[in-house]
Amino acid sequence: MEMTARRTEEKFQFNPHQYRGDFPILGEKVHGKQLIYLDNAATTQKPIQVIDAISDYYRHYNANVHRAIHKLGETATEAFENSRKTIARFISAPSEKQVIFTRGTTEAINLVASGWGRKFIGAGDEIILSEMEHHSNLIPWQLLAKEVGAKLKFIPFKEDGTIDFPVYETLLSSHTKLVTITHMSNVFGTINPVIRIVQMAHDRGIPVLFDAAQSVPHLPVNVEHLNCDFFAFSGHKMLGPTGIGILYAKSQILENMNPYQGGGEMISSVWFEEATWNEIPHKFEAGTPNIAGAIGMAKAVEYLENVGMVNLTLYEQELTTHGLEKMAEIPGMKIYGAAPERGGIISFNLGDIHPHDLSHFLDQQGIAVRAGHHCAQPVMRKLNIAATTRVSFYFYNTKEEIDSFVDQLKKAKEFFAY
Amino acid sequence: MEDLRDLYQEVILDHNKNPRNFHKMDRATKVLDSQNPLCGDHYTLFLLLEDDVIKDISFEGSGCAISKASASLMSSILKGKSRKEAEELFQLFHQVVTGEIDPVEHLEELGKLAAFAGVSEFPARVKCAILAWHTMHEALNEETDSFSTE
Repeated sequence: MEMTARRTEEKFQFNPHQYRGDFPILGEKVHGKQLIYLDNAATTQKPIQVIDAISDYYRHYNANVHRAIHKLGETATEAFENSRKTIARFISAPSEKQVIFTRGTTEAINLVASGWGRKFIGAGDEIILSEMEHHSNLIPWQLLAKEVGAKLKFIPFKEDGTIDFPVYETLLSSHTKLVTITHMSNVFGTINPVIRIVQMAHDRGIPVLFDAAQSVPHLPVNVEHLNCDFFAFSGHKMLGPTGIGILYAKSQILENMNPYQGGGEMISSVWFEEATWNEIPHKFEAGTPNIAGAIGMAKAVEYLENVGMVNLTLYEQELTTHGLEKMAEIPGMKIYGAAPERGGIISFNLGDIHPHDLSHFLDQQGIAVRAGHHCAQPVMRKLNIAATTRVSFYFYNTKEEIDSFVDQLKKAKEFFAY
Repeated sequence: MEDLRDLYQEVILDHNKNPRNFHKMDRATKVLDSQNPLCGDHYTLFLLLEDDVIKDISFEGSGCAISKASASLMSSILKGKSRKEAEELFQLFHQVVTGEIDPVEHLEELGKLAAFAGVSEFPARVKCAILAWHTMHEALNEETDSFSTE
């Protein structure tokens, strides 16, 4: 942090080209054009260090973890458990035992709904969500609510894509058993006021879950400082491989939770009729885990630590401001969301060009963006639109790439202005 | 850009901007929902069937240029066609957009529908082009309320 403090006093400088060479895919051509990858909220590209770490595991020490009394097994177990420590350090978790490997954010949230929700949420209880949730932080709670007879309550979002905080306060009641909300919106880029959300819930003894899929890759995060009870994120949105993610939770909560899936590894002693559970975090990790995924994710974390999360955040803010300014200059541009605290995600529509036509046009120029409802159909319905086009940045993007994208938006306007 | 111009032919851009038969029909004998949940394209198709003839056809809703132009052209072409003729055109159109046949050999039957020949180059857009046609096909063949390409 001392380094950072000194740096921000000087003129802030960040050179994405220092890192771009580590990403083989950024040299690819698409339809004969240089790839410009602006779909980072969907998934990020992988540096060679991550690709090599996964390859090294399979080439040199592939073995199952926690069982074998042989050298490879020991090496694999050590690498797997060290990955857990690295990720715990990255989010400032008090102990790596609070870091559970899952398939991703979606499974982490389902784990909480199943292992904690089924045990502690019952008929008549209420769960508070926001209207801007990704389907992954909505459907698990719909399923749970239906099963146990609980109710879902929604904090509305306002025109600018921020949550209506006063309404949140009124929704909290003696029936509320959980507040579960996104840390950063995958549609608007809004960074929600997480500290205040937690404080207000904790004043009433209510635990809080953050869907951090979009925030952890882009912001310095300290779960102790946030003081949240559950925290879920994915490896593939932060330079890591797909199929690996994390659930962090407070120790006491994890101890009191029921297991998620049953099988090997999660048990202590097993009889024909019953079994006792392994210690946390293993209690929640049934079966052979995604060993290569964990190793790859930890390598991704090390890469991000090397870039420096504060630098990365500051640079992405510059990119986002640049993108917003340039895009707003185009007549007919409608940008959804204008939160003062936001990350590098911009959803928009351009005139009456359908997002699918626009993204197809951009793809022909080698520019990858996302079009559709972004797994947030209720958000689209509330905005009274079918879909948006979305660009999302990462630290390896450049202002020049954004300028090329904006130029192509102007060309698309001409093309479709029949 | 040439590839894209092949896909978005003038006739497609025109039908997207000015869709034909783009309205509700109160006297319709069949009303079907047509949607692609993946991208949010959503249309309602209205058919007036009398003695196995499509007396009138219209649609409303929203979606991309390809899906809207396809629905619009389909409505123009099928008006007055028999159930059998409509079904034959559906099969032909399906084969054209999936690249199973060479449209050049069927220019006469296809007429303006030949504009969709470029779709076969873009697998992701086949669903867009075929959406309204599938709904029509369902309407003529089965007693269902809605059709989705997913």
